[in-house]
Amino acid sequence: MPLRKPPLSDVHAAADASFTDFGGWEMPVEFDSIRTEHESVRETAGIFDVSHMGELEVTGPDATELMDRLTTNDVAGTTPGRAQYAAITNDDGVILDDTMLYHLPEDDDADYLFVPNAGKDEVTAERWRRHRDEWGLDATVENRTDDYAMVAVQGPDAPELVAAETDEPIDEEIGRFRGRYATVAGVRCWVARTGYTGEDGFELILPAEEAETVWSALDVQRCGLGARDTLRLEAGLLLAGQDFHPEENPRTPYEAGIGFTVDLDTEFVGRDALARQHEAGVEEKLVGFVMTERGIPRHGYPIETPDGDEIGTVTSGTMSPTLGEAIGLGYVPVEHADAGTELVVSIRERPRRARVESLPFLEADE
Amino acid sequence: MSFNIPDDRRYLESHEWTEERDGTVRVGITDFAQDELGDVVFVELPDIGDDLDAEAAFGVVESIKAVSDLYAPIGGEVTAINETLFDAPELVNDDPYGEGWMIELDADGSLDDLLTPEEYEEQIE
Repeated sequence: MPLRKPPLSDVHAAADASFTDFGGWEMPVEFDSIRTEHESVRETAGIFDVSHMGELEVTGPDATELMDRLTTNDVAGTTPGRAQYAAITNDDGVILDDTMLYHLPEDDDADYLFVPNAGKDEVTAERWRRHRDEWGLDATVENRTDDYAMVAVQGPDAPELVAAETDEPIDEEIGRFRGRYATVAGVRCWVARTGYTGEDGFELILPAEEAETVWSALDVQRCGLGARDTLRLEAGLLLAGQDFHPEENPRTPYEAGIGFTVDLDTEFVGRDALARQHEAGVEEKLVGFVMTERGIPRHGYPIETPDGDEIGTVTSGTMSPTLGEAIGLGYVPVEHADAGTELVVSIRERPRRARVESLPFLEADE
Repeated sequence: MSFNIPDDRRYLESHEWTEERDGTVRVGITDFAQDELGDVVFVELPDIGDDLDAEAAFGVVESIKAVSDLYAPIGGEVTAINETLFDAPELVNDDPYGEGWMIELDADGSLDDLLTPEEYEEQIE
């Protein structure tokens, strides 16, 4: 299958970005250097093209019930203008994907817009339609991924930067995990105070054909998926397909450290399995760790006890540009999961010491 | 983009450079290689006294996004390693042909079979 390209593809090529295949999309991975891009976001601001993220719109009398029954969180409890992070689970409570849901304003054509991960848009739309039909619900599910571009402006200066391109009081009016429509650089955008970097900032969803207008107006450090990965890892945020994977590394929200997205008082696919696990407690969970010996943990490296017993696997790892330390995520048995516990990561067959740290590695500036 | 390829060295297809220096051969990675890797954050080198086989992996260089093996251009005994890189791996980006050098070898043979600067330039074009 040919790779899908974001509407800004030619603009990125002209800016001399390097590209990578991510979830079936050819996306910019680096514009200048990952370190430069990363530091800009932590210190001032940076802009990311995240048009590889899916956009599905759900509308109709039963839209709320459909969303509620297919995500782990309490959708009925949201009000228009709210953003809600949730997991999508199967009957076993295993995470198929994680997603951000936006409860759209009452006067909007659609009721909900939610954002599956790269390449999961169509399979998720099909899942929604299949369950809708099975449950006899009245709702339409539209895959708008190719109609929309999505850009993220992140960093301490990001709100001010976006606010400068609109006449509307978005910085004052849009609190964390909230969104509204606003005209940015002359383009009507869905503007949400959400992100994937651990910093303040906005994510903008807008018509694909207007992407270049908005991208050009927001004249700030261009950032690729490389910096997006180091930023999210420092913030302890999960990467779908890597920190959980329905086939290769099936995990529940409780194991993956996102139990806060699960509302057991709602009815949803996977609820009963998760209720049982909640009652019994998890056997393994995701931990963050820092290397205390030289070496960089990478996806797939074994995690061992100091005695050499293999107890888990690294799911993500990198050299943290902000901390100057090598950090990683991985699943270990709960008895090895407390902060301060000594672990060993086997790096090219050599044992290298690490220590469990509480997540996130880096606290967001408030 | 054009990359620096000094005339006084020989090259490998795997983007290492070699430089003859008073009986020893110094080895590092090219300007092209450091640019492809991006920010270098970790370098693993052999011990002094190790015997390397030609074309065998002798170490690892890691950037934020990638892990890459280092290959010996020629067999020989390791006579020096650039320990500065353990604390300052960014020297590989800043000065790949100078302070970013990696190892020195007491080489078993000649460098004549390696790529000339012209041949290496053709390869990366």
